[in-house]
Amino acid sequence: MAPTSARRSGHSRRAQYGLFTGYVLAAIGAAVGAILLGVSLWRPSSFNGLRGAAADTVAPVGEASAAGRAGGQGLFDSIAGYLAAGSQNAKLKQEVELARIRLKEAEAVKTENARLKALLGFSESETKPVTVARLIGSSAASTRRFAYLSAGKNQGVGIGMPVRSPRGIVGRVLEVGANSSRVLLLADSESVIPVRRSKDEVVAFAEGRGDGRLRIRLINLGINPLKKGDVFVTSGAGGYYHPGIAVGILQEVTGDGGIAAVISDPAATDYVAVEPIWQPEAIKAAQTPVEKAIEE
Amino acid sequence: MTGQLSSRARRDRYGSKINRTHSPVLAYAVPWVSVMLGSLIPQLPIASAVPLMPPLGYLMLLSWRLVRPGLLPVWAGFPLGLFDDLFSGQPLGCAMLLWSATMIGIELVETRFPWRGFFQDWIVASVIVTWYLVLAAMFSGASVSAGVFLVLIPQLVLSVALIPLLSRFVAGLDRFRLTRVRSLG
Repeated sequence: MAPTSARRSGHSRRAQYGLFTGYVLAAIGAAVGAILLGVSLWRPSSFNGLRGAAADTVAPVGEASAAGRAGGQGLFDSIAGYLAAGSQNAKLKQEVELARIRLKEAEAVKTENARLKALLGFSESETKPVTVARLIGSSAASTRRFAYLSAGKNQGVGIGMPVRSPRGIVGRVLEVGANSSRVLLLADSESVIPVRRSKDEVVAFAEGRGDGRLRIRLINLGINPLKKGDVFVTSGAGGYYHPGIAVGILQEVTGDGGIAAVISDPAATDYVAVEPIWQPEAIKAAQTPVEKAIEE
Repeated sequence: MTGQLSSRARRDRYGSKINRTHSPVLAYAVPWVSVMLGSLIPQLPIASAVPLMPPLGYLMLLSWRLVRPGLLPVWAGFPLGLFDDLFSGQPLGCAMLLWSATMIGIELVETRFPWRGFFQDWIVASVIVTWYLVLAAMFSGASVSAGVFLVLIPQLVLSVALIPLLSRFVAGLDRFRLTRVRSLG
């Protein structure tokens, strides 16, 4: 293609100045961008209000596309279901048999649990979700893993609240707008969540790796007791998450823990529940400097 | 000399010339709006666990800049980057800086290689997109490790493959931009 003549200003002063101003503006733009980038890296919550307002404006579109997405997934699932119906039916029957037995066992454990809790005088109420909302989008083009939620301040969502799907933990609310909020997904490389192995008391941290999987780092180092297929649940440490919610399933064993897949994949999630912070007092205490006492 | 005129005489590729003219709103708004829509689209269709969607807003800006040089001003990276930052999930300022730098950078490339063709444009855009993805990952505020860059590869391949398609798309938008519409009065 031929070069454009727009860059050659000729003898016209006006054109020369116009061209020069363009370059100056572009350079200023880059400089301002660099400064803002520095500020937002240094203090990540600096521009939350701006982003919250922007996310609020596009939330309705996201809602519509989320509904379409769920419908589309359902369609593909039902087509796939027809193809595998026969063999799946037999397998499912077997599984139901087993599940019935396990259910009875679980009921026994539940009553025993209640009895023991009564003995300890330890009462625990069922947590009611703050609100149920849709995941309306995510930062699919960025390295960071954020999702957008179709509920915000008006629905009672607050910063730090855990977000879960029926399958398990999805993430934690990071920013709140009026009618939408931003969720830090488990797979984000800045997300750390205390977990334990579901069947015993092996505690660990589950850190996001940025590639959709979690790195499980054991707290007690020594012989690595983990095995492929171990399920990790929230331990409740830190006070944000209610204990016992599924987080990840181990795929690889490494020297200091393992690599786990997220159980509640956000891509397969439609509706999620926002739960209140499990132990708000503990969070407050953790944020208070040591020198300052917590007021009653 | 009063023979019939050719049926095409009163039309060109932008439509009929009779009682119709280019719309200034379309002519000026289409490039900007299409880049802004490109910034919005990646967050809508899927809540994915890995970064997979190409940075469509940025690719649209590149395509407009390479397909129609001189249409977007050099400083266009700043306002469009600000808009992208509001939705992309990157820290605010990242796209402002990188998009402005891109516009200046392409200007420099063009003074060096004034005559360009399809493949040269594709190579330039691919190199720029590679840099953009790597730098955006580094500026994302995440702790950078080798794994993060490994995850970028599918996104990068998709982006590079998309560039020629987007160029055609932008060429189509450019025709739409100059469509003649019925003028009033």
